[in-house]
Amino acid sequence: MEKGKGVMGGRKWAVDFTDNSSTPSSRDIPDPPGFTRASHDQDDSTLSRQKKDAEANWKSQKAWEVAQAPFKNLLMMGFMMWMAGSTVHLFSIGITFSALWQPLSALQGVGKVFEPYKDSKVDLNAPKLLYIALNLGGMLLGVWKLNTLGLLPTHASDWVSSLSPAHEVEYSGGGIALK
Amino acid sequence: MAMAMKLSLLLLFFLSSLIPTFSLFEDQVGFMDWHQRYIGKVKHAVFQTQKAGRKRVVVSTEENVIASLDLRRGEIFWRHVLGANDVVDKIDIALGKYVITLSSEGSILRAWNLPDGQMVWESFLSGSKPSKALLTVPANLKVDLDSPIFVYGGACLYAISSIDGEILWKKDFTAEGIDVHQLLLPDGSDVVHAVGVTDLSQFDTYEIDVRNGELLKHVSASFPDGIYGEILPISSDKFVALDARRSVLVLISIKDGQINLQQTHVSDLVHGSSGNTAILPSKLSGIFSVITDTFIAFIKVTNEGKLDVMEKVDKMVVVSDALPLSEGEQAFALVQHGESKIHLSVRLVHDMSSNHLKETVKMDHERGFVHKIFINNYVRTDRSHGFRALIVMEDHSLLLLQQGEIVWSRDDGLASVIDVTTSELPVEKLGVSVSKVEHSLFEWLKGHMLKLKGTLMLATPDEVAAIQKIRLQSSEKSKMTRDHNGFRRLLIVLTRAGKLFALHTGDGRVVWSSLLQSLRKSDKCTDPIGLKLHQWQIPHHHALDNNPSVLVVGRCGLSLSASSAMSIVDAYTGKELHNMGPAHSTVQVISLPFSDSTEQQLHLLIDADKRAHLYPRTPEAAEIFQRESENVYWYSVEAEAGILRGYAVKGSCNLEVPNEYCFETRNLWSIVFPSESEKIIATVTRKANEVIHTQAKVIADEDVMYKYISKNILFVATVSPKASGPIGSATPDESLLVVHLVDTVTGRILHRMSHSGSQGPVHAVLSENWVVYHYFNLRAHRYEISVIEIYDQSRAENKDVLKLIVGKHNLTAPVSSYSRPEVTIKSQSYFFTHSVKAISVTSTAKGITSKHLLIGTLGDKVLALDKRFVDPRRSLNPTQAEKEEGLLPLTDALPIIPQSYITHAFKVEGLRGIETVPAKLESTTLVFAYGVDLFFTRLAPSRTYDSLTEDFNYALLLLTIVALVVAIFVTWVLSERKDLQDKWR
Repeated sequence: MEKGKGVMGGRKWAVDFTDNSSTPSSRDIPDPPGFTRASHDQDDSTLSRQKKDAEANWKSQKAWEVAQAPFKNLLMMGFMMWMAGSTVHLFSIGITFSALWQPLSALQGVGKVFEPYKDSKVDLNAPKLLYIALNLGGMLLGVWKLNTLGLLPTHASDWVSSLSPAHEVEYSGGGIALK
Repeated sequence: MAMAMKLSLLLLFFLSSLIPTFSLFEDQVGFMDWHQRYIGKVKHAVFQTQKAGRKRVVVSTEENVIASLDLRRGEIFWRHVLGANDVVDKIDIALGKYVITLSSEGSILRAWNLPDGQMVWESFLSGSKPSKALLTVPANLKVDLDSPIFVYGGACLYAISSIDGEILWKKDFTAEGIDVHQLLLPDGSDVVHAVGVTDLSQFDTYEIDVRNGELLKHVSASFPDGIYGEILPISSDKFVALDARRSVLVLISIKDGQINLQQTHVSDLVHGSSGNTAILPSKLSGIFSVITDTFIAFIKVTNEGKLDVMEKVDKMVVVSDALPLSEGEQAFALVQHGESKIHLSVRLVHDMSSNHLKETVKMDHERGFVHKIFINNYVRTDRSHGFRALIVMEDHSLLLLQQGEIVWSRDDGLASVIDVTTSELPVEKLGVSVSKVEHSLFEWLKGHMLKLKGTLMLATPDEVAAIQKIRLQSSEKSKMTRDHNGFRRLLIVLTRAGKLFALHTGDGRVVWSSLLQSLRKSDKCTDPIGLKLHQWQIPHHHALDNNPSVLVVGRCGLSLSASSAMSIVDAYTGKELHNMGPAHSTVQVISLPFSDSTEQQLHLLIDADKRAHLYPRTPEAAEIFQRESENVYWYSVEAEAGILRGYAVKGSCNLEVPNEYCFETRNLWSIVFPSESEKIIATVTRKANEVIHTQAKVIADEDVMYKYISKNILFVATVSPKASGPIGSATPDESLLVVHLVDTVTGRILHRMSHSGSQGPVHAVLSENWVVYHYFNLRAHRYEISVIEIYDQSRAENKDVLKLIVGKHNLTAPVSSYSRPEVTIKSQSYFFTHSVKAISVTSTAKGITSKHLLIGTLGDKVLALDKRFVDPRRSLNPTQAEKEEGLLPLTDALPIIPQSYITHAFKVEGLRGIETVPAKLESTTLVFAYGVDLFFTRLAPSRTYDSLTEDFNYALLLLTIVALVVAIFVTWVLSERKDLQDKWR
């Protein structure tokens, strides 16, 4: 999120500059010495096309960067989990649930994350897929951790531990004669 | 991160070493427990009132207790409980400072210090053959600065120094073959007379020198007709006896070494007497009393040897021993029972015609008749004699009467509890007045403010005392209504006297008591004893308007075939609702797991002819039973013959009178233990009302073991016949203890295990799928506790998670013993330091809470031992997973943690049983231990995880919340103000 904002700020500055140059009122002012307007006007169309290409390139590059970001997270999470050990206590449970929650929230906001890089020329599908895959990987890691903590009902014991005793058909009583 | 590792290690360590104990703080004693001290039915009483600062009476009882009671209030000064086999024969007071007791058929003589009950000396008298035990403490006899005590026991006469218990001399009567009835020591003489009978046909008297035990004189005379009962002395040279046919009174007078026999027919003296005549053992000088079927006659013996009937009184009159007054006069007391009153009269022996004193005392009819009376005198201010009487009632209670009033009374019947059950209390009626609520709210607040003060250490000593008082006497715990947690209940106990008591669990007070008519002595029921107490009606759903009731089963005689007596008693009021008089015999009472529409439990009573009788006798019950009868079985354990037999119901009885509530049974199976190698010494089954939460046991690594849970398991322990005696009577090679687990439906032996070199006594408890038993290991010279756990192998395959998720398993299908499930056994043994009197296990409402074994030790204390200590899966080096599961490393001995004695500082003298009852709160169980004393407490084996403790400080919580709210408000206001200032800047 932070990175996205930074990119937006840079672009705003760039747009301001070009808009100023295209204002007609600026023509009244004599050109500074050594400035040839003709050449500028001439290259205007090619320049904007080039610019747009560069922007698209830059966007797709950024999108890939964003898509790869969860990988670092994954490594970090893995390390934390290893440190937390396999016994159930506050620390390990906290880490495991954050490991489960982070990918989940990231997946929910996948459209929002890639919105700044939306462009007709940029294919965002591949980065999105990578992003989703990495986050799913993170989630799997969380689930695996949950399992190693023994919190997943994957054992027979989890399904029978509260099974009440079976009803007995016969009833028998008695004992030593009362004295 | 390293911190986290450390933390997790610490946590692991903490979890694995966490063994809950019940240690209390000093100020928690009496908070949820109570202890009551009793002595039992009094047999003998000796008063000590002369020249004593504190007037007291020393008593011995049928529970083998000797106690010194305060005569003013009836409190126990001191008390000693002798062992169950150490029966007290006689007590007396010597030298005015020692209490002398003769016990164990005259073989143990002890002296106790009168003021504090410390034992002064003890003498073992090894007699040659069993005989009567007699004790004579001469009042003022001095032999060489010593005052000897004369004891006859084991066919020997002893003179024993009263100072140190040294045997001065011994005279053996074995060769003479005499059965001594009386030891006499005439005033002023130094000759002791041993009066007795040889071969029931010859009267003998031996005169023995008190100094050295030399035989001075022996005279004898033969009775051709034999004698019945005992010879009673009238004076130092006159005796009276009854002949063997109980129709002729024989007056024996000794004059100048000559014996003169004089026979008088009882029918000549008193008209209308029949064969059941007997001489009462009350010693009154010059007078004796004869009891017949209808009356008691006082007969005076004149100096010339004539018998004069002085007076006849009703048969129910109780006569006391003679009490010597001043100037050689004697007094005795008579008690006659009237309508809810008793009439006490004191007479002087020399002046029988008039009552010296006559008093009428109002008496609760629930105490029954007077059984015994002991009298004592005191000198009034006008120098006349006043009398106080100690009376023992039919319900074994003890009362002191003085000046026509009951000074104090003790419910000592509670010392002999036979059986215990519980009952819920009534539901609280709605509609409480506002003023009451306000008052209680005020009290509540006040109490909590005090507590808060105590917590903050601001309370003055007075207030601390007030806090403690509030805690101990909280009206909550002794209310007569049902509570949410199920702590308040009625404990209904049946005593040996045939009296039913209801005790409140809150404070132990007697809510009601009822002397059962069916268990009282009558013509139809001559020797009644109570046997069993069962819950008869437990209204829960349908019959909420009815009061709960209990069934009392008794028997009218000592033999198994004697007819039985039954009563149904209302548990709220103690009223006898039904009284089923003498009927068929009863050897077994089986409470069936069925109830009718009014929630009466169905019961089967098995008689001596192996017929089953169904109760309640209603057509509905019969219909229910007929429907279920093919699945009802019963078994008998014939301990003497060494046979277990299983039976099933066959059909209606073949009696002359058709009876649809009587069923014939047929023998299905028998297990015969070889009599030369195995003798049954203990059997135990699961408690019928035990609740089990789950059939699966989750072990390390998420694995599952299925428990074999059956109500029809019987644990049987047998020993080799040679080893059935006390410990030490057999060598390790001769003794063998074998334990069996038997299915009582099919007679199948599930498991058999032998402990060589071990012997009984065996105490065992069976619960869920395990049995724990205690025995003696002769080779190791130590007691051992073993555990057997039974697991169901036929269910072990149920481990496929997918199948379990979709419900494709047979775990909930009804099981039959005939399917012969495969079982596996796990077992382990441990050394245990104590010998055990009783063993029991905690039980909770849903069976989720972990269990504790309750072990009644020889010191009459109750020890709680976590079941985790007796887990057969314990090993020397448990794996990490096993440690996490809570499995303890194996040790050879079970630890005894002093804090886990649930009786803390108290002793439950003569401990006989420990009963546990689940409270409604799952974590808590109620424990009632009974013996001569009663003790009640409540336990939370896994601590009270489901409730706040009762001394939780609500006021502190409230105060904290208020403080937090105020703090939030204040900080909010401050932050608003700061924001505003920032904006203005």
